[in-house]
Amino acid sequence: MQRVLIVFAHPALEKSRVNRRLAAAVENLSGTTFHDLYEAYPDFDVDVQREQALLEEHDLLVLQHPFFWYSIPPLLKQWIDLVLEHGWAYGPEGRALVGKLVLSVISTGGREDAYQHGGHNRFTMRELLAPIEQTFVLCGMTYLPPFVAHGALGMTSKGIEAHARNYRRAIEALRDGRIDLEAAARAPRLDLALNELIAAPADPP
Amino acid sequence: MHGADFFYQALVYLTAAVVSVPVAKRLGLGSVLGYLLAGVAIGPFALGLVGEDGQDVLHFAEFGVVLMLFLIGLELEPSRVWRMRGPILGLGGLQVGATTGVLAAIGLALGLDGRVALAVGVTLALSSTAIVLQTLAEKDLLRTHGGQSSFAVLLFQDIAVIPILALLPLLAIAGAAGHGDAAEQDHTWVTGLPGWAETLVVLAAVLGIILAGRFLLQPAFRAIARTGLRELFTAASLLLVIATAILMTKVGVSPALGTFLAGVVLARSEYRHELESNIDPFKGLLLGLFFISIGASIDFALIGGDPGGILGLMVALIVAKLLVLLALGRVFKLSLDQNLLFAFSLAQGGEFAFVLLSFAVRYDVVEQPLAGTLIAVVALTMAATPVLMLINEKILQPRLGTLEREGRETDAIEEQGKVIIAGFGSFGAIVGRLLRANGVEATVLDLDSDRVDLLRKLGLKVFYGDASRLDLLHAAGADNAKLIVLALDNPEKNRELVATVQKHFPQLTILARAPGRPAAYELIEAGVEHVFRDKLDSALKLGVEALHLLGFRRHHAYRAAQTFRRHDEKAVRDLAAMRHDKALYLGAARQRIEDLEKLLRGDLADGGELRDVGWDPESLRREYGSGSADAE
Repeated sequence: MQRVLIVFAHPALEKSRVNRRLAAAVENLSGTTFHDLYEAYPDFDVDVQREQALLEEHDLLVLQHPFFWYSIPPLLKQWIDLVLEHGWAYGPEGRALVGKLVLSVISTGGREDAYQHGGHNRFTMRELLAPIEQTFVLCGMTYLPPFVAHGALGMTSKGIEAHARNYRRAIEALRDGRIDLEAAARAPRLDLALNELIAAPADPP
Repeated sequence: MHGADFFYQALVYLTAAVVSVPVAKRLGLGSVLGYLLAGVAIGPFALGLVGEDGQDVLHFAEFGVVLMLFLIGLELEPSRVWRMRGPILGLGGLQVGATTGVLAAIGLALGLDGRVALAVGVTLALSSTAIVLQTLAEKDLLRTHGGQSSFAVLLFQDIAVIPILALLPLLAIAGAAGHGDAAEQDHTWVTGLPGWAETLVVLAAVLGIILAGRFLLQPAFRAIARTGLRELFTAASLLLVIATAILMTKVGVSPALGTFLAGVVLARSEYRHELESNIDPFKGLLLGLFFISIGASIDFALIGGDPGGILGLMVALIVAKLLVLLALGRVFKLSLDQNLLFAFSLAQGGEFAFVLLSFAVRYDVVEQPLAGTLIAVVALTMAATPVLMLINEKILQPRLGTLEREGRETDAIEEQGKVIIAGFGSFGAIVGRLLRANGVEATVLDLDSDRVDLLRKLGLKVFYGDASRLDLLHAAGADNAKLIVLALDNPEKNRELVATVQKHFPQLTILARAPGRPAAYELIEAGVEHVFRDKLDSALKLGVEALHLLGFRRHHAYRAAQTFRRHDEKAVRDLAAMRHDKALYLGAARQRIEDLEKLLRGDLADGGELRDVGWDPESLRREYGSGSADAE
């Protein structure tokens, strides 16, 4: 059983359609801790010790946020800057996060076809996420392919519900160790390959 | 009334009430039935503790109805009354008209003369404002659609009494004697005036009440409020209601209607909650007395003479009214459960019937024996009302299953704020304005009448009153509120208020202002979770600016203030527990100050607790040797 920490960052959740419903789908899952950054630190005064303790207590870190200007919301950046200290998260003595998993759960305004070479945004999601990926790889963590909702602004309610259900399924499968991590490493996006990656639930003991 | 006699009577009535009402409530019968049964018990036909004077007491106690309508008026702003004009005129008018017709037809069938039948019909068409509103309020049903419809009908009936009183003499058998006597007995300022002049006088009186309420009462109340004597305010409140009632009686209008009007005029006044909490106990006592008197006045001798006939009439009256009401409820599209509530609550004769019947006897419209019988019938139907409503509530409503329930949210009476702000000085005002700018209307209480006046002129909804008083908190809606903001200037008052709120409204979350550390300690000790020292934030802001002017980067100073704040808030919580031991407290406090200074200087000196190292990793600099030179 993997202990899951969902670090959620949305500066205007009350205006969100997709992220609110995605959050609702996983907020009360057993074995997971849902941590709403903008609710905890509206003044950006991140409590480093508390955050490090949280990270130490969990095995899978989920970063759920909208994709603003090809990047993460500013409080999440502040959080990364301050929490992932040299000598704790990285560097010769920084081993606190080694072996843990990271998953980005992202919603984008642009549609899927915009995120490719020659497309409107010229790069793929995976390429645009390179700095984030490298941040956590530097900490010795495994960066999973992202779980993406493209075209969030135009999504129908039904589409959002389906995506939220999948999100919950993915988190549950990761929590219960039912995802084939090696196969997942080769997939471009976790949400697209979910059915193939999730093994049948283990027989109840 | 002699002194000794008065105290004896008080003893009897109070004992009856204190004994029977709790029993009735315990049995789930409601207070009205308890009072009525108490009245029967002490009446001439059971214990015989009160006799003929019961009638005097009844007349005195009718003032309770007047007070009740005043309070209802206070809850209704004029615009809301205006919005209710449809149900009042439509539903109310049809109820009185149709019920009069049906009852008159029954009278004719029973062999009454046409005119007598009409007089009896219109008299019995009216329902009991006192019993219905009290019972609905007690069951918290006044704000439902059924409750609102009942209220609209009762209001129309109160208005209708005026023309009915004018109409009754016209029904007198031609050439009947006694007209002159009656006029003398019932002399008002308008007696003997022609119809149009009478109307003019009534309109002038109503206008007078509106104008006085608008322009005279505010300064008068303000002057009284400035004296700071609470009992004077109570006296003035009672005086206001009594004066209105007398004025209205003098121009021939129902005093209940007149005071209702006065209440509506004052509904937007800053003294509304204060008036409400002052009048409310009097209303409660007098209404109780009123119900007891009704119980005591039921003439069991008369009923005993013809039990079958009187019970038959009683059932006929209730059934006839029920059917008319149900039909009207259908027409006005009430859902079934609300329609049943509406019909069952109004299916009785009312206290106006007593007045109208004695009036009719005086004008020889109705003969005494018939009037006596009808009074007994009306009293019985009134006593039956709480029982009828119990039948509806316990037997009929449960069978409706999960029918559409009209939520209390869709009420027509003004919804009270979910937030109460006590104290609207500079501190409370900032809180209130921030809430208001976000669409949260708070109920604001303040004790400075000049300030209340000023804020009202600025268009803010502020009420005058001492927020630490329990009754005023009730009136301000503390039972339904979610938060209470304690922003009084006086820390002692704030503390008093904390105790009151914790004791009586445990569901309320307290957000308290503390003018300084000692006040903060006390609030923390009292168990208040959200304590705000009112100088902390502005002082820190000033400190940040001072550091900046001395050459510090603003963000550095800001982060230092954030650290300071977090540390200081924790220190206040920790020290609150130690403050009674002076030596311990001083030692601990000194330690905290040193810790904080060390912490904040940590960036410069080595060792200590470091902050924001992610932005300035000394260890990384060491790891990469002198690489930092490139960055500069």
